[in-house]
Amino acid sequence: MPLAALVACLCLPSMWAQNSPPQVTADAREKVAAKRGASVETKIAVSIPPGYHINSNTPSEAYLIPLKLTWTPGALEPGEVVFPKPQMEKYEFSDKPLSVFTGDFDLIARFKTPAAAAAGPGVMVGKLRYQACSSNACFPPKSVEVRLSYQVQ
Amino acid sequence: MTSRIKFARVFRLGGALLVGFVVGCLIYGCSGAKPVKAASLKPDKDRHTAPNFALKDANGKTVRLSDYKGKVVLLDFWATWCGPCKIEIPWFMDFERKHKDQGFSVLGVSMDDDGWDAVKPFVNEIGINYRIMIGNDSTAESYGGIEALPTTFLIDRDGKIAAVHVGLASKSEIENGIEQLLQRPENAPGGAGSVSLPAQYVGAK
Repeated sequence: MPLAALVACLCLPSMWAQNSPPQVTADAREKVAAKRGASVETKIAVSIPPGYHINSNTPSEAYLIPLKLTWTPGALEPGEVVFPKPQMEKYEFSDKPLSVFTGDFDLIARFKTPAAAAAGPGVMVGKLRYQACSSNACFPPKSVEVRLSYQVQ
Repeated sequence: MTSRIKFARVFRLGGALLVGFVVGCLIYGCSGAKPVKAASLKPDKDRHTAPNFALKDANGKTVRLSDYKGKVVLLDFWATWCGPCKIEIPWFMDFERKHKDQGFSVLGVSMDDDGWDAVKPFVNEIGINYRIMIGNDSTAESYGGIEALPTTFLIDRDGKIAAVHVGLASKSEIENGIEQLLQRPENAPGGAGSVSLPAQYVGAK
């Protein structure tokens, strides 16, 4: 019973705060061991606070801003980004369900390590650009930095 | 069950509620913008002057809020990528049609980073019948930061903010607010630019 009350109270302030922009986070789950001349992939953990959603990488309406992960040039060559299957959610402000992400999910970022890459540690820096909404308001697109540590072997 | 055990359970429950609320506030913030019903107009004494701005419309003409002195203005901050804004815009077009002859105007301030490239096609497609401008950070800052879209201000004939609505509102709530503000005639005492003075200062005996 006290646990249920605790959970209920944790949710109450989140309902009040849904007209403020959400703090979306994106963190590399692990340090990447990159072998020269080989491909490597890693998971990026994305977290969206309760009560908010972000457009998926393939929004269902042309006017919506898609989720996008880009990397600044570094020792690793960025490849494909694999997104999870989006959810189709209906909101008060849309006639049709929208393709969105909510809660916690992982992206998979793939890289190729050039054969000539210098051995040693480094950090790839990326930007996850998202545009978030609550059930009745939207927030300007933002980017969150993603830092991926690697070790070229 | 003894009364002592009952008391201990109630005490634990109360403690959990308090801890949950405090922790929740720490996580989510208790001071986040809260929805404000547009229908509940602020009392006159609580209204602050709407900051003036000078923004270009689609024809390159400068639009100043001060040009609308004496009118009731619905000032809408919006963007083309904002779904809830797209619900409200047809309502605002309807309000403009219905109330423009009573001294009412809608002004739309787009917060699109891509400016007219994004906004003009949308305005033309929808056939928006009120003036649209491209906003900037300083205008948004002067109106409190505009973190969420749509954000709609109802400005009275004295140029003061009578209501603010953050997020998708109900059409009837906004229209009720407009109609209340329009009840004061354009040139009524206490209207635009006038100052209420005690009777002795205006010659009354």
